[in-house]
Formats: sequence, structure tokens, C-alpha cells
Amino acid sequence: MANQVQYIFDNENLRNSEPQKHKPEDLKSEEMLINIGPQHPSTHGVLRLEVVTNGEEVVSVIPHIGYLHRCFEKHAESMPYNQTIPFVDRMDYLAAMNSEHAYAMGVEKMLGIHGQLPKRVEYIRVLVAELNRLGSHFVALGSYGADIGALTPFFWMLRDREHILRMLEWICGARMLYNYIWVGGLFYDLPVGFEERCLEFTSYIKPKLTELDTLLINNKIFIDRTANVGVLPVDLGINYGITGPMLRGSGLKYDLRKVDGYSVYPELDFDIPVGKGEMGTIGDCWDRTWVRAQECRESIKIIEQCLVQLTGDHKRTRDFDPRKMVPKKIRPKAQDLYVRAENPKGELGFFFRADGRSDVPFRCKGRGPSFVNLSIINELAKGGLIADLIAIVGSIDIVLGEVDR
Amino acid sequence: MSFEEIVDLVKVKFGGGFVLSLDELATPKAMVIDASRIVELMVFLHEHDQLYFDSLSCITGLDNGAEANTMEVAYNLYSIPYNHHLMVKVSIQRSEQPEVDSLTGIWKTADWHEREIYDLLGINFTGHPDMRRILMPADWEGHPLRKDYAEQEFYRGIKVEY
Repeated sequence: MANQVQYIFDNENLRNSEPQKHKPEDLKSEEMLINIGPQHPSTHGVLRLEVVTNGEEVVSVIPHIGYLHRCFEKHAESMPYNQTIPFVDRMDYLAAMNSEHAYAMGVEKMLGIHGQLPKRVEYIRVLVAELNRLGSHFVALGSYGADIGALTPFFWMLRDREHILRMLEWICGARMLYNYIWVGGLFYDLPVGFEERCLEFTSYIKPKLTELDTLLINNKIFIDRTANVGVLPVDLGINYGITGPMLRGSGLKYDLRKVDGYSVYPELDFDIPVGKGEMGTIGDCWDRTWVRAQECRESIKIIEQCLVQLTGDHKRTRDFDPRKMVPKKIRPKAQDLYVRAENPKGELGFFFRADGRSDVPFRCKGRGPSFVNLSIINELAKGGLIADLIAIVGSIDIVLGEVDR
Repeated sequence: MSFEEIVDLVKVKFGGGFVLSLDELATPKAMVIDASRIVELMVFLHEHDQLYFDSLSCITGLDNGAEANTMEVAYNLYSIPYNHHLMVKVSIQRSEQPEVDSLTGIWKTADWHEREIYDLLGINFTGHPDMRRILMPADWEGHPLRKDYAEQEFYRGIKVEY
């Protein structure tokens, strides 16, 4: 078996696996078909864009996705609820903690233990989720700069994200894919000394965000490239199911942490920044980026409040067991449930159907914010320039692991 | 607005027999209706000024297997200004190409959700402008999330199962 040739060359294999939607012979004489990706740095992963252009102008964009499809839903149907958590990590691999949080909340709701977890567990969950949100926004901001030609912010943001990754590695041993938030609790308590280190980090990171403002957000070249580009009107955004910083960039104050008030978010004080069109039109690429930069500040506020709680009212005690509520057997009653939470990219939803007879979900669907947000790209890009298309793809902030699942 | 009030409004508009059953165990609570009337109901839910479900959060397709011989589509609606939720479920006969009317005329977000369901479960959405596979390659055989799915042995000369 080991020596057997598995792949035989055949000319037929060179056919495009995914045919283009437009055929060259159907185009008008001035139009041209350009293929961008899937191996192109500005597509943020394996996204292929089929672009019909008229000179430099984009006539239409058809995204081709699925190059990173790893059968999340099929896998989830074949293993117990708790064993799916590592797969959830691999959906949005830049914000695995947030995805785990949403998934664990959903299963807890089905089991009826939602809201009964120790407060310390909830605060730790919010703390790590916000740290991860910072990390995700840093990648979004940094790589967006790199997309449109500013390479320095990319290095600066990844340098600062490294602090977050190391702290999260200290907590659970993994840099990106954590499996830390469990159904009914946590893998471990925070390591001793973590709270102090985290507080140091928040005082380190605040001036860095001011630096980012001067380097990128308020940079004249950056504003010229992003203001008035890819304007998303709020009603169109809602019709397309857009959520997260994209919708807030269009001026709607809509954040599930406030609207649903899940976990301990109602006890924390933070603002929801929304786009105001300061540099151009409300809902342009600059507004979306600015919202992300402001959200970093809000996340730091949340982290600081969590640290106050975790060293004060809910401080570490000798008999605290983060796994106390973790069920030995996860067998929810027969029901359908849709749960949602605010991820860095928008609304992450899970639809579960439990049949009441097994430990394995009958159906588990992930509704990824990147998947839905990407679907609007044609509306934003058509009529603009090819260079603006790159700016728009970057401002949507997609993670292909979640688009393709 | 509570679930009961929403159901009452729907019953007043379409008559008592329109809602086939209620699923109170579901979160958010669900109403089950006949698949052939889904577009009428959704237009009503979308445009009624007290309901105003402006956002379609999620569409899920389900295959109940050969024994039950049904497939389902579950729609999760949410109203941003009124902050109320609703789940609507329709059940259809299981077959090679079962059909449900598309909602792309109401919510654009239904476009990709419906393509995904077509891809993974083989439910055809009539009236959809662009019914192609979205996650799997265009020449893939079968629909992976069907309960009786068996993967093909070879895909372009590459062994699928390893």
C-alpha cells in the first residue's frame, strides 16, 4: 500500500476544478476576466475572486470559496459535544477563545446549566475572549495596512499580538487553538501570577494603540486609500446579514455583548464605537478600520475590569475547581437551539439539534460571520477600481477557516 | 413581542390552520408551517410594522434520514429594532432533489446560506438566482450531510478515503 502510486497524471486533471461563472466568449469586447487568488497574500488566505473588469474598473466580483473546507459540520455529527471544541477552534483560528465561548454557551443552554457557573469561571472566559479579540483585531489592522502598502503596522501589530499569544500559551499550552473553555467550565484555572502579568500588558499596550493611530489610522496615505471606498449603507448591510465591526462601521450601534448581555458582560462597563464618517462617508473602509481600533481600547477596558474582579471579589482560592460543573456525560434533551455570540468578526451562531438519545449532536451548524460578511463583496466592489477591491477585501476582515469551515 | 403574540398575528393574517404546530422546546421558540407557503409568511414577517424581522440570522438544513423520510429547513429570524427572535421550520419529503422556495427576494443573505444547503444536503431552492455548489468542488458527487451519504471512491484519480 505504501508504495502504491495514488495520483496518476492525466490531462483532464488540469481542468479547473471550479469552473468560472463567466465565460470569456460571453463578455463584452471591452471586458476582461481576471482571476485573483487563491494563492495571493491580499486575499487573506485561500479565497479566489473572479473579477470582470472594464479597464481598471470592476464590473462584478464572484468569490469562489471552499478551498479550506474541512467538513466541520460532518465531523460534529460524529463525535460527542465536548470533543467538537477543538474543531470549533479551527473555524476562526484568530479568535478561537471567542468561538469556544459561543459553542460552550450553546451546549450549556441545552443542558440547562447556563448561568449557574461560578462567577470566576465566567470572568476568566470573558478575560481570555477579550484578549483573543484584541489579537484578532491586531491581525486585522496590521494585515490591512500590509494589503494597501503600509508594511510597518503589520510588524508592530504582530509584535504586540505576540504578548497576547504568549499569555494565552501560558494559560493553556497552545498559541492559537486552545481547547481551553470547556462545556461547563474551564480546562484550568489561571496560572499563578497571570493577573499581574496581564495588568502589565494592558499598561504596555495602551500607548501602542496611540502609536497605531498616528502610524496608520490617521495617516494621510491610508485615509486617501480607504475613505469613501466600499461604502456600505446600513439597510443593505442588515439585508445581507452583515454583523460585527462592519455593521457598526456603517453607524448602527449593534453589539451582541450589549444586546444579548450574555456571560458577565452586563456587569462590565464598555462603549460600542460606531462609524461616524469622519474622513469620508459613513460605512466606508476607513470607518470599519477605525471601529476596530476603537474596539481594541474597549477590550482593554473590559480586561482591566475583569482583572479587578479576578483579584478582588472572585480571587483565586485553594478549593476553586474550574471543572466542578463539567458534566460527566453530555446528553441534552431533544430540542433545537440557536445560540449566538459576538465574535471579533461579527455574530457567530450555532444551530444544534439534539435527539435526546445520544451524546452526539444530530445536527450542528456553524454560522460564521466571515462567511456571511464576505457575501456582500460584489455590492461593495462593483463600479470601483481593482486597487479598491483589495482595500475592500481587507476591510471585511475574513478568516478563510471560518468562511469554508 | 412575545412568541405567542407573533403566532397570534400570523394566525389572524393567514387563518388558524396555517401554523401546523408549535415547538415550544426550541430556543428561540419555533413554528412549523407548510413548505409551500414559506415565502408568503416571510414577506409578512419582514414587512409587518410590529414584527419587522429585518435580519435573517441563519438557515439550517436537516436530513432526518431514510426512516423518517423527511428533510427540514429551519430559519432563524431576528428583529434588530424590536429585539425579538423567531424560528420557522418547514418539513419536506425526502427525495433526490427536494424543493423549497428561495428567500433571496427578501433577504440577500439567504443567497449563500441556501447555496450551502444545496451543496451539503441537496435541497433545491426554486427561484434562487445562482444555484451552484459553494463549499465542495463543482464536480463532487453526492451531498455530504445526508445521513446516507457515502463518499465516492476516487475524485479525479485521487483516492478519497485514506
